[in-house]
Amino acid sequence: MSSTTHEAHHGHDDHHHAPYGITRWLFTTNHKDLGVLYMTFGLLMFFIGGAMAMVIRAELFQPGYNLVDPYFFNQMTTMHALVMIFGAVMPALTGLANWLVPVQIGAPDMALPRVNNWAFWLLPAGFVLLLATLFMPGGGPAAGWTMYPPLVLQLGDAFPFLIFAVHILGISSIMGSINIVATILNMRAPGMTLMKMPLFVWTWLITGFLMIAVMPVLAGAVTMLLTDQYFGTSFFDAAGGGDPVMFQHIFWFFGHPEVYILILPAFGIVSAILPTFSRKPLFGYSSMVYATAAIAFLSFIVWAHHMFTVGLPLAGQLFFMFATMLVAVPTGVKIFNWMATMWRGSMSFETPMLFAIAFVILFTVGGLSGVMLALAPVDLQYHDTYFVVAHFHYVLVTGTVFAIMAGVYYWLPKWTGHMYDERLGKWHFWVSTISVNVLFFPQHFLGLAGMPRRIPDYALQFAEFNMISSIGGFVFGFSQLLFVWIIIKCVRGGEKASDQVWDGAQGLEWTLPSPAPYHSFETPPVVR
Amino acid sequence: MSDETTSKRHTSLVTKLVLVTFGMFGFGFALVPLYDVICDITGLNGVVDLQAADYERGEVDPDRKITVEFVATVNDNRPWDFKPEVRRMEVTPGELYTVTFETTNTQDEDTVSQIVPSVAPGRAARDFRKTECFCFTEQPFEAGENRDMSVTFFIDPRLDDRTNTVTLSYTLFDLGAGDDPDFDPEDAQLHAGSR
Repeated sequence: MSSTTHEAHHGHDDHHHAPYGITRWLFTTNHKDLGVLYMTFGLLMFFIGGAMAMVIRAELFQPGYNLVDPYFFNQMTTMHALVMIFGAVMPALTGLANWLVPVQIGAPDMALPRVNNWAFWLLPAGFVLLLATLFMPGGGPAAGWTMYPPLVLQLGDAFPFLIFAVHILGISSIMGSINIVATILNMRAPGMTLMKMPLFVWTWLITGFLMIAVMPVLAGAVTMLLTDQYFGTSFFDAAGGGDPVMFQHIFWFFGHPEVYILILPAFGIVSAILPTFSRKPLFGYSSMVYATAAIAFLSFIVWAHHMFTVGLPLAGQLFFMFATMLVAVPTGVKIFNWMATMWRGSMSFETPMLFAIAFVILFTVGGLSGVMLALAPVDLQYHDTYFVVAHFHYVLVTGTVFAIMAGVYYWLPKWTGHMYDERLGKWHFWVSTISVNVLFFPQHFLGLAGMPRRIPDYALQFAEFNMISSIGGFVFGFSQLLFVWIIIKCVRGGEKASDQVWDGAQGLEWTLPSPAPYHSFETPPVVR
Repeated sequence: MSDETTSKRHTSLVTKLVLVTFGMFGFGFALVPLYDVICDITGLNGVVDLQAADYERGEVDPDRKITVEFVATVNDNRPWDFKPEVRRMEVTPGELYTVTFETTNTQDEDTVSQIVPSVAPGRAARDFRKTECFCFTEQPFEAGENRDMSVTFFIDPRLDDRTNTVTLSYTLFDLGAGDDPDFDPEDAQLHAGSR
């Protein structure tokens, strides 16, 4: 193990004893350093993707072609999705896993520290490839993040960059998840049985397996696009005997597990925060574990609900409709367990708890619109409208992103040794929560009234709701600067955090000093 | 637990996980034939045979009539004229029929076309049997050439009772001059939206 020699030098020391300068960050194999790198990268990409969202909402502020070229608008919708999914949410969750999984299971570091370093540094490389296309003749990818052929094959110079960027990001996530799975399975402290692991660790274990299973399928799909374009194959080309619908089947075989990759760790974060601030243990721990596994299993047999309008046979529509509605069962188990955890708890409402409660409520809103979309007959009306946009932003922004923010507020005192500014945190929460609903709730109405997604202009009757949505968007976007300021302020100083930080918090990470030392649990703790 | 056993456990677990990764990469490619096989076995999604069917005159139910509609489309608005001699006809299941499609290559260079069939509704695809079709092979055309191409088909009498109308749709793909797959790629470039 590469960190063994390291520990020989630092093992005697409980405090920060990190190397200095740029090489610390370039060559680091320390899970805490890499967690910080991942999360910082995710935050940077959150703002780049957010800037693209601002362009989209500014263009849609009024009907007509106002600000940007329609083709550039298409680049913005495509890149916003790619940057947010692969650049912001996935690295932020991987960063949290890096920081927290070893300290939650009592391990000294990740199982494969050097792989960890490599996996992170592939990310900036992949995004340089992807973002560079915006400055090329012909512009960036504009065919939607789902990359459907034949449209995506008409991209020009951006196309090969897009494919290789997806390859690199995929390799990075596969390495990251192999590392996390190996850490969880092989490096738990004595006594830390699987069914004693915190739920964040459980959800990441299952997410890791999902990633290992489906990221290679995405790599295969985009490789087929590449060979169709440059090497004369006809996987998706009808003239050569292929079928463009085949791409959608392969893509969504990856794509549906992918959306659960984005949400499962968020479930884990919320399952850590709600018990702390309710001062009660999590209700139904083992049912939470089984529900997570059930959701992961179901994710493999529901993919064609993204494709109800391609002309699926009736048997296919029925199967995928019922399988999709089945997902609501384990998800409902989770929601009820979270509610039961809070029930008659001695609740207090610090910022992480506020975000976690908002997660439970708003994720449920997104979950319910998901059940509506699962109905094959009505999906014909909702398909590719703003109703879908509202649905997946409720589960991804007020779901995953809110959970990540809750997690950052929750563990920030452990990372920095300082309490964040609670007053500013509450401001951030209320401004974000109100504005995000102003932003996305009207989009349900727009979609039901028939406004298509990915179109830079719209009919006049959609004007009011779009203006309201854009105003919500600008407020939400700029209120995230407050989040950055709170983090910077907390890193630089503030009230000293105790080791326990939150009086109701349970788990090994709270037995460490605040800030957590650079090397922790070199001697494994004993879990009873 | 010593470092050595931990390291061994890592090696064995990581090896397995890497193998799964490569396996799933291959599985992505395996999905292509798998879908065809599954659709073929279950008859889902109307996979159309590109092989000539054997015709044997069996029992014919003269009272049953099926309407067959013909649709001809040129992909990508290429300069072709492509239309069926009749838009629709009534057929008796089990009888053999021939329909011609008048096809003109209106560009002034030689080219090759591939015509791809599709049958709606999908559940009827297996029972729409072609004994002869211009869609089985690539069709070369000289500049300005006009010719009639024909398809000979019969509807299998086992076609389910729900189906009274079957649509046979052909899409003509212009493969470009000769067998050159790199035919004029510039033409297909998506141009930055100019206003």
